[in-house]
Amino acid sequence: MAEPKVKYDRQLRIWGDQGQADLEKSSICLLNCGPTGSETLKNLVLGGIGSITVVDGSKVEEGDLGNNFLVDESSLGKSKAKCVCSFLQELNDAVKAKFVEESPETLIETNPSFFSQFTLVVATQLVEYSMIKLDRICREANVILIFARSYGLTGFVRISVKEHDVIESKPEHFLDDLRLNNPWPELKRFADDIDLNVQDPVVHKHVPYVVILVKKADEWTKSHGGRLPSTREEKKEFKELLKAGMVAQDEDNYKEAIDSSFKVFAPRGISTELQQILNDSSVEVDSNSSDFWVLVAALKDFIANEGGGEVPLEGSIPDMTSSTEQYVNLQNIYHAKAEADFLVIEHLVRGILKKIGRDSNSIPRSTIKSFCKNARKLKVCRYRLIEDEFNAPNLPDLQKYLTDEDSSIAMGIYILLRAADRFAANYNSFPGQFDSAMDEDIPRLKSTAISLLNDLGCNGATLAEDLINEMCRFGAAELHAVAALVGGIASQEVIKSLGAEGC
Amino acid sequence: MADTLSRSRDLDKLLLRPGNLVGPRFEPGAELRDDLQAFAKVLVVGAGGLGCELLKDLALTGFRNLEVIDMDRIEVTNLNRQFLFRLEDVGKPKAEVAAKRVMERISGVQIVPHFCRIEDKEIEFYNDFSIIALGLDSVEARSYINTVACSFLEYDSDDNPREETIKPMVDGGTEGFKGHARVILPGITPCFECTIWLFPPQVKFPLCTLAETPRTAAHCIEYAHLIKWDEVHGGVAFDPDNPEHMKWVYDEAVKRAELFGIPGVTYSFTQGVVKNIIPAIASTNAIISAACALETLKIATECSKTLSNYLSYNGSQGLHTEVAEFERDKDCLVCGPGIRIELDTSITLQKFMDLLEEHPKLRLSKASITHRGKNLYMQAPPVLEEMTRSNLSLSLFNLMGKLPKDVVHVNGMTIKNDQKFSCLRKLRVVFKGVDGVTDMDTAGGA
Repeated sequence: MAEPKVKYDRQLRIWGDQGQADLEKSSICLLNCGPTGSETLKNLVLGGIGSITVVDGSKVEEGDLGNNFLVDESSLGKSKAKCVCSFLQELNDAVKAKFVEESPETLIETNPSFFSQFTLVVATQLVEYSMIKLDRICREANVILIFARSYGLTGFVRISVKEHDVIESKPEHFLDDLRLNNPWPELKRFADDIDLNVQDPVVHKHVPYVVILVKKADEWTKSHGGRLPSTREEKKEFKELLKAGMVAQDEDNYKEAIDSSFKVFAPRGISTELQQILNDSSVEVDSNSSDFWVLVAALKDFIANEGGGEVPLEGSIPDMTSSTEQYVNLQNIYHAKAEADFLVIEHLVRGILKKIGRDSNSIPRSTIKSFCKNARKLKVCRYRLIEDEFNAPNLPDLQKYLTDEDSSIAMGIYILLRAADRFAANYNSFPGQFDSAMDEDIPRLKSTAISLLNDLGCNGATLAEDLINEMCRFGAAELHAVAALVGGIASQEVIKSLGAEGC
Repeated sequence: MADTLSRSRDLDKLLLRPGNLVGPRFEPGAELRDDLQAFAKVLVVGAGGLGCELLKDLALTGFRNLEVIDMDRIEVTNLNRQFLFRLEDVGKPKAEVAAKRVMERISGVQIVPHFCRIEDKEIEFYNDFSIIALGLDSVEARSYINTVACSFLEYDSDDNPREETIKPMVDGGTEGFKGHARVILPGITPCFECTIWLFPPQVKFPLCTLAETPRTAAHCIEYAHLIKWDEVHGGVAFDPDNPEHMKWVYDEAVKRAELFGIPGVTYSFTQGVVKNIIPAIASTNAIISAACALETLKIATECSKTLSNYLSYNGSQGLHTEVAEFERDKDCLVCGPGIRIELDTSITLQKFMDLLEEHPKLRLSKASITHRGKNLYMQAPPVLEEMTRSNLSLSLFNLMGKLPKDVVHVNGMTIKNDQKFSCLRKLRVVFKGVDGVTDMDTAGGA
């Protein structure tokens, strides 16, 4: 066996040891192991998912060899679930791989409790009727559900989970947490001890821009009744003030200060997104609350009291022109403040846990620490039941997407994929599945789609004839490349749902 | 028509049935499928994360004649995504193992592996393929293949590309949860060089920061790697694949970080900085390769409209995709009609090479020159250099078969932003005052 640290090196660089541990403790169930399902699991098995259970009741046919890499000629006539499972096991012996030779539809009908043993279910190529049933089962059991479907040159991936809370959302462009608009006493004191009018030009051009901005902002507020620059004119003036501090053309630290001056102008306090989370009723925690909401409750308390309207400091600073000594000292000041904020939050968390009757150490320090670091970036995603979406769509949105030039094709495909399932329920085959029925299937699909639109409340809406024709041409084909694409997206979503990265 | 029991059960629906949203030359039928299998020949460049997926995807998308080129051997860190490789394959050539694995599982598919550098192949090697699919992780390699593919492109007298000379490329790239897939039809859609700005230059730390004011772990690592190594090991080149070398750099970086009180130097981070490691996961490679394979099928059969011309995928914050239609750079040195150079018939090859060095748009030194596949002068290997050296004093006009006008390819070094790099250029040489014809291209139409 290869050293996991080395084998997983390229992904650990994204989601770290904690993310990897989250994957390794997860158990995934796959329904239907055609190419869409097989490719989804292949990507997860390579990455070291904890365990997989492949559910499929069919036998491998000649046609499967043309679209699924995980079966080969020796598989013909054998259980597809078994063959796919054994190939997946070959990819990574650290993964526990099992299979159940049973049709997913039967399992959904006869053994709903089967699904509650898993962290997450990936359901591929299911028709609407089974999707709705499975969705109810998984929602009840608090199991994450991801649907994936490949259909000709189209397909979809759909997540269904009651609530997905993200602490480490790792947004790409997020402003650093420097508090230049609201410096705390230690940072101010540090800046006070540095003389911007130092004679030595080498020292002058190595004062970190953070110090320059803190000092100049302080200077400004003193002459402006305690206010920071806010109007356009004032901001311009402030930049001129910075520029006036330069003693040579090549002072990168001053250029950085001017480029970063907007950090001084930024409003204090928390974002509206975070405020929304703090206002959520889940923040009134009790013994049934998740760790996430306990942490949010502590955060809310912190912001209202010790934090003075701000979240705990993140505690890291970006690289900037500076002497080594001043940079390291500055880093230590940010780090110390972050550590102090963390201790306050930790204390609050322990107190809340005790109050709601839980072990006050039941949330590990590392989780609280990560929460503090990411407090500005928290995300709460909630999904409605598939049944609600299908039966009670958001009508204005639906109508907008159907007519909007940018989205009408995607929306048309959404409607036609649903119409194809309805078609299959009525005629026992998918539109265009057999060459012989092509001519009658096109008008049939069209009328099925129109009646679906009527049922959704979009009376009189139409779909492009070209799309209807194409949908029949596809005849429910599961093309390998489309399956690999859809399966690839599904596996990314699995990884994200399991907490390894963002949302 | 479609046989539901056959192996091409699903693909037949797409290739045998007429469609409404297809390319203008789509001719559905069993013949299209059979021709695709018999005649379409695709080269996959790179047998890594994207290459492994591409080979599998293309083999299951109706292509039966594939070749793959890769100079690398399998490493343990490949195994989290390069699904054709197993632990026991570590150390073997990627191209060979990948080709073998796919052929073992999909009968009827032929894959020829090439375990070598892309530059090792004759240019004509690349002309043998209907489509070139790129699964690469470096700007340089993409640039090279792009230049080769564009070198086959010919223009008519109106500067319109001659269709039969267009060598389509499909290019994929990934980083973490993000990626891109694009279609390059030289002469029609922008080539790699037209949109080179899509690849931002790599961050390089100023040497004075490394030497005098280090602040971050990366500064300490690069000091050990770029400055200290040479000081101590004068003459011994640093080899990033040598674990002892890497360990030495790490130890030195740790010492320096301790000296300055800088946190964050780890062995893993040292490797990341020194080797410029791009994080990679199986799912993103699967998505991007599948998109590329679909485009390859669409180019070959027109069974659906091709991507025009750049798809970006970002799965790191929700899921975002966008298709951008980039535009060609009409003056592109690589895919444009070429740089036209007017010459006297008396000019020698040596004098011509001097001109290339002085030419403001080219500044090409150490030139190796080929004309219609024939070597006029080669800088290396020494045997070839010696064989072609005598050409230097001969007239270029004679060397080019007394054609009044033709294209030559020049391989050499050029300077851009004070950096030297190797490049391949296409030049349209026109000889002044040659009998009757001033512009050969108009001859046919006149």
